[in-house]
Amino acid sequence: MNEALGNITAIAKRELVSYFSSPVAYVFLVIFLLMNGFFTFMAGGFFERGDASLIAFFIWHPWLYLFLVPAAGMRLWSEERRLGTMELLLTMPIAPWQAIAGKFVASWLFLGLALLLTFPVWITVNYLGSPDNGVIICGYFGSFLMAGAYLAITCMTSAMTRNQVIAFIVSVVICLFLILSGWPPVTQLLESLDMPTIRDLAASFSVMTHFDGFQKGVVAFRSLVYFGTVIGFCLFTTGVILRTHRAG
Amino acid sequence: MIKVENLTRTFGPKVAVNNVSFSVGRGEILGFLGPNGAGKSTTMRMITGFIPPTGGRISVGDHDIIEEPIAAKRLVGYLPENAPSYTDMTVWQFLNFAAELRGFRGAARADAVKRVVDTCFLNNVVHQSVDTLSKGYRHRLCFAQSIIHDPQVLIMDEPTDGLDPNQKHEVRNLIRRMGEKKAIIFSTHILEEVEAVCTRAIIIDRGTIVASGTPADLKARSENAGVLSIRVSGLASDQIRQKLEDLAPVKRAALAGGEGSSLVHVRVYPKSREQNGELRSAVADLVARERWRVEEMHAEEGRLDEVFRSITMPDTRVGVR
Repeated sequence: MNEALGNITAIAKRELVSYFSSPVAYVFLVIFLLMNGFFTFMAGGFFERGDASLIAFFIWHPWLYLFLVPAAGMRLWSEERRLGTMELLLTMPIAPWQAIAGKFVASWLFLGLALLLTFPVWITVNYLGSPDNGVIICGYFGSFLMAGAYLAITCMTSAMTRNQVIAFIVSVVICLFLILSGWPPVTQLLESLDMPTIRDLAASFSVMTHFDGFQKGVVAFRSLVYFGTVIGFCLFTTGVILRTHRAG
Repeated sequence: MIKVENLTRTFGPKVAVNNVSFSVGRGEILGFLGPNGAGKSTTMRMITGFIPPTGGRISVGDHDIIEEPIAAKRLVGYLPENAPSYTDMTVWQFLNFAAELRGFRGAARADAVKRVVDTCFLNNVVHQSVDTLSKGYRHRLCFAQSIIHDPQVLIMDEPTDGLDPNQKHEVRNLIRRMGEKKAIIFSTHILEEVEAVCTRAIIIDRGTIVASGTPADLKARSENAGVLSIRVSGLASDQIRQKLEDLAPVKRAALAGGEGSSLVHVRVYPKSREQNGELRSAVADLVARERWRVEEMHAEEGRLDEVFRSITMPDTRVGVR
């Protein structure tokens, strides 16, 4: 087990090194923070709300992540395939799942760092009023889990192709489905068609539904299971895709 | 160390490797020859555990590559085709990463990295990004990665591809030196490399082994093996040819050049390979008897590229007996 942990750490470390050795990571962080600021303060009407909470901040995350997470994760495996380094990596004395986990963890940590760097918003809201910081921490936690779910999906699509652009587009489409199935206009449409079971089923597949609770400070067990399942399933599928690719 | 039995691999309807069996022991350097697409890389990828075989068994050390992949992979160092490496790392970072995955920690890791940096002459570029390296350096870097754990088995897919003559020479020396203690398989298109380095060679074509033996064995299969080449001056070519063909062990004597000039070059083919010795003494006797002025005479060894061509492209026969 110790050895597995060592391998995962080594791979995660390498992945982080390659994030920060190119300008990509910094560009990503800057864009992420700028967009967060814009949506929170301009589009979200943070001040107009007159509310000591970060609802105006978190509400945009499903949409922001829709593009930014696939952009951060699209290279994970497709780059490996393009450069041919996958042949090196998978002939090392490690189990494939360790490589998958290592890469995923590294990217997730990177997204976590991006999320942490939004702390000025938290300072602002605490300076202006006295929000319930428990709810805010819960919101951050939910946001981090949601980023993980998107990232696992990107991991999976990235393993399918050597072309990063294709990996990006396919992950955006899949993530968009996960947003839309719980998006009010869609659920309302299903409601108006008088199909409550289908509406509930569709909504339970959506990140919106599950992220909603976290924003309000509720950590529902089923939401934890949901995010855990999406991550687990997608990483497992990544392993299957890599294996079938090698098996020809 | 490496044992391959009835190895088969198909990609859809295409059979890439068909029922290949061989084994390589410690201290052996096996050269893998074959035209592009013959199945060399596929075979190597299966031995290193990158792709699973469709049929057959591979064991490295005593470990089956399917049943105990990690134990088997521990023994193997692998240099894939085109020597891939992570372009966004520095040489030092990349080698440290490889060492870590090979299980080196702390001081042992630093030692291992330092050792291969010295062996592969990477000192000048240690802190350079892989991006900025020339092809030769990238090759050596990937090679360094493959020997970082001093493996018992070394598998190299075209290790000298794209290197300049000096680097080729260096890599060959390195392979030969390491071949004393390890089991090595390497593939190449360069036939002189096989002669220079290998203890044994296998020619593979369309997925099957078509010839196998020491480089000398293979060369002897060439039509030119045992042919006597002789240059005589001061006589007409027809006359020389006639006299040579009258000898008992001679099958035929062909003019190889110098027609009409004063220096005639003739190649004398023996009736069978067993008669090489007789041929030589018969020709020597003839020369002495006729008092020919011989400028040069030698027995040809046979050429590997002829054997290679005639085996892998039987339609354009160069001639193998």
